[in-house]
Amino acid sequence: MLMPKPDQGVIDRRAEIIAAMRAIVPGEGVIADDAMLKAFECDGLMAYRQLPLIVVLPETTAQVSEILKYCHDNGVKIVPRGAGTGLSGGALPLADAITLGLSKFNRVLDIDYANRCAVVQPGVTNLGVTKAVEGDGFYYAPDPSSQIACSIGGNIAENSGGVHCLKYGLTTNNVLGVEMVLMDGTVLRLGGKHLDPGGYDLLGVLTGSEGLLGVITEVTVRILKKPETARAVLLGFNSSEEGGDCVAAIINAGIIPGGIEMMDKPAIHATEEFVHAGYPMDVEALLIVELDGPKVEVDYLIERVGEIATGQGAIYSRISESEEERAAFWSGRKNAFPAVGRISPDYLCMDGTIPRKKLGLVLQRMTEMSDKYGLRVANVFHAGDGNLHPLIMFDANQPGELDRAEEFGADILKLCVEVGGVLSGEHGIGVEKRDLMGEMFTEDDLKQQQRVKCAFDPDHHLNPGKVYPTLHRCAELGRMHISRGQVPFPDIPRF
Amino acid sequence: MTEILKPDTADQVLDAVKWAVSEATPLDVRGTGSKAGFGRPVQAGRVLDLSNLAGITDYDPGELVLTAGPATPMTEIEQALAETNQELAFEPMDMSVLYGTDAGAGTLGGVIAANLSGPRRIKTGAARDHFLGFQAVSGRGEVFKSGGKVMKNVTGFDLSKLMAGSFGTLAVMTQVSVKVLPRPEKTRTILLMGADDTHAVAALCDALGSSHEVAGAAHLPASVAARSAVGYVSGAGTSVTAVRVEGPGPSVEHRCNSLRDLFAPFGAVEELHSHNSAAFWREVRDAAPFTGDWQDHQVWRVSVSPTAGPTVGQHLRARLGGEVYYDWGGGLIWFALDARSDAGAADIRRVIRDCGGHATLVRAAADVRQAAPVFQPQPGPLADLSKRVKEAFDPEGILNPGRMTAGV
Repeated sequence: MLMPKPDQGVIDRRAEIIAAMRAIVPGEGVIADDAMLKAFECDGLMAYRQLPLIVVLPETTAQVSEILKYCHDNGVKIVPRGAGTGLSGGALPLADAITLGLSKFNRVLDIDYANRCAVVQPGVTNLGVTKAVEGDGFYYAPDPSSQIACSIGGNIAENSGGVHCLKYGLTTNNVLGVEMVLMDGTVLRLGGKHLDPGGYDLLGVLTGSEGLLGVITEVTVRILKKPETARAVLLGFNSSEEGGDCVAAIINAGIIPGGIEMMDKPAIHATEEFVHAGYPMDVEALLIVELDGPKVEVDYLIERVGEIATGQGAIYSRISESEEERAAFWSGRKNAFPAVGRISPDYLCMDGTIPRKKLGLVLQRMTEMSDKYGLRVANVFHAGDGNLHPLIMFDANQPGELDRAEEFGADILKLCVEVGGVLSGEHGIGVEKRDLMGEMFTEDDLKQQQRVKCAFDPDHHLNPGKVYPTLHRCAELGRMHISRGQVPFPDIPRF
Repeated sequence: MTEILKPDTADQVLDAVKWAVSEATPLDVRGTGSKAGFGRPVQAGRVLDLSNLAGITDYDPGELVLTAGPATPMTEIEQALAETNQELAFEPMDMSVLYGTDAGAGTLGGVIAANLSGPRRIKTGAARDHFLGFQAVSGRGEVFKSGGKVMKNVTGFDLSKLMAGSFGTLAVMTQVSVKVLPRPEKTRTILLMGADDTHAVAALCDALGSSHEVAGAAHLPASVAARSAVGYVSGAGTSVTAVRVEGPGPSVEHRCNSLRDLFAPFGAVEELHSHNSAAFWREVRDAAPFTGDWQDHQVWRVSVSPTAGPTVGQHLRARLGGEVYYDWGGGLIWFALDARSDAGAADIRRVIRDCGGHATLVRAAADVRQAAPVFQPQPGPLADLSKRVKEAFDPEGILNPGRMTAGV
């Protein structure tokens, strides 16, 4: 992965930068020792590693502001980092950049049930938000698989998803406001406890911006009352196409389940052998459909889902009759990644979204690619919203296998775009998919996105080298090529 | 006379914008012009009329995604969705009601550009939450796209969010994709009659803090309720507090019963069934209480945290007279006051200063909207950032100059 060439001048000033940071963040908040820096050399995408220049762990917004201002004034780059669970290398350090960790921003500041929101610091874990309110029957809806460890600030940076997205929305639909710091040290508030943002929706573009626009120091999220009950049904099919068609049929019947997940045969076998969830082993595709709400609603809808599935050719159907059984149904899906880890020395977890109706085609092409590259692939799939997670199995100790796996992964993502989908459903672009952005976007598309970057961070000090394959200088992006006489007079009807 | 450019294709939109840039001629970008009364009057010598960029290009109910030209009439969208029992869940308000213009004149692009929503946004959000992707021509005269036609997407910056609510000041959309959802099988509304503000607040907090998935919560003081077209509401002779419940039949029955029990200690309880329920929430959505005899009043939409609503409402009335009603769950206050030259802008914004949120002037004569800030003025650093964002898309200030902020 080609990263921007480190600025030797900055590296040479390391001692001076450390001193400046220690003046802002006293004590253990500045990490400069190589052994300790090692803990920060990668995020959840462990294929790429780099020791940061230094790590700084501020505790207050004022410190963040001072750090950014110093870096802005002194030409030092910043890589923001939440819990480091990101899967696309968004928090990959740079040799000439400070990694700015927000882990000490870990307090729940205000729980406001009357307004159904919670104000927390960005380092609070996703599950920590729910833990803070579940005693009163509330929860925070977006639930990435890493929710026990990932931070809410990181969730906003990556617009993370989870199994609830179809019914309850992504992170972007559940964040009401933030306090953020711009690269020049300016502290801003966007949104708040009120629902409608005023002016341009800067909070909307900040969400999912992968640490390129600002550093989040406080978050206001929507919290919801927990549904009275939830039940899940397992549905087995002879083919993934039939499974996909069943999802469409459920939605066409007007039912939006709390979650619809699908696994293909390799994923079913890997997980069943690992957690013994009771999955059928003789089906090609397995759906887990969960309905949540009042008991009477769930009982009614789960019957209807069962009828729809039968009409769609389901060859296996089992409804959870207890909370334990529901948890067992999910245990396989939730352990799919470690389960695949048991049957293959290494695997790459891909993340792309497709229109659901293209599922059959995509899976068929994936099988062909699997033959071509000589690597196995298992599929878990957020079937409700079209988000695929192919797990490409390989052995890093076999020469060339990692490269083949990466090529296989890139081919899958290109296919996602080809059939009308996108490169990432919930993991983000980071460095992992950066060089594939051109598959989906034209040069003008990418330039327009980077112009927004320039409005927030004109010198590209925040997380450079991520998301965008080429770095354009803002001055260059600002050029206009249109002037009088250069454009042919358009032939447009006038009245 | 204002010259009108009326492109038939996205390519012609590109040509028109390029030409406008080369001539340094600002454009008044519009679909059918149904929201010309929303925002500051645009200072532009030419109109870019997008009304020929209409029509649904792609809609597959099983995918829950619809793609259309920006000028596709909302009536066409609603009809196509109704045929498959789906809808735009964010329930966009029809602003023609407030403006007293042709009903249903709005377009899908206009709904997104104004980020409209209705009482259901406590549950499902506003237009921005359902806006998946678009193609557009920037004010630089470049074609670009963002987002996509799938529901889960983290691929590059989410420029769709910036476009929603930007009132055509950043780029001219030529195609838009939105998320659609199934229509609820059944809808009912529970009414609490005669509750004073304190009791209404308590009852609504209980309802919204329950697991009954309330999809609309409103409080109408007696004088406002009296203007409803729904007999149960206007005939009550008291204030009316309402919550809406939607979903599969048995579930709605169950939740309605629970909510009736929950409301019972606060006063008399009534229930509106499908037709009346739909009519009532349309009135709430469209600010219908401030039409007809109230057409000459100026109207503000004030957004605060829900619990701040009643206090803000009381202070507004105490300072400026007029009337309020509450789209409670969303913390939205609709406020109508006698017409005045500054529309009471400074007073209104003083009232909400300490509780966060913002106030938008949604109905007033053009000269008033020219003089008073229609949208909430932003603190300096935020205003600067917004200005830089505008310049990132439209450095020459060609698109709808002044529509949101004077001089931008």
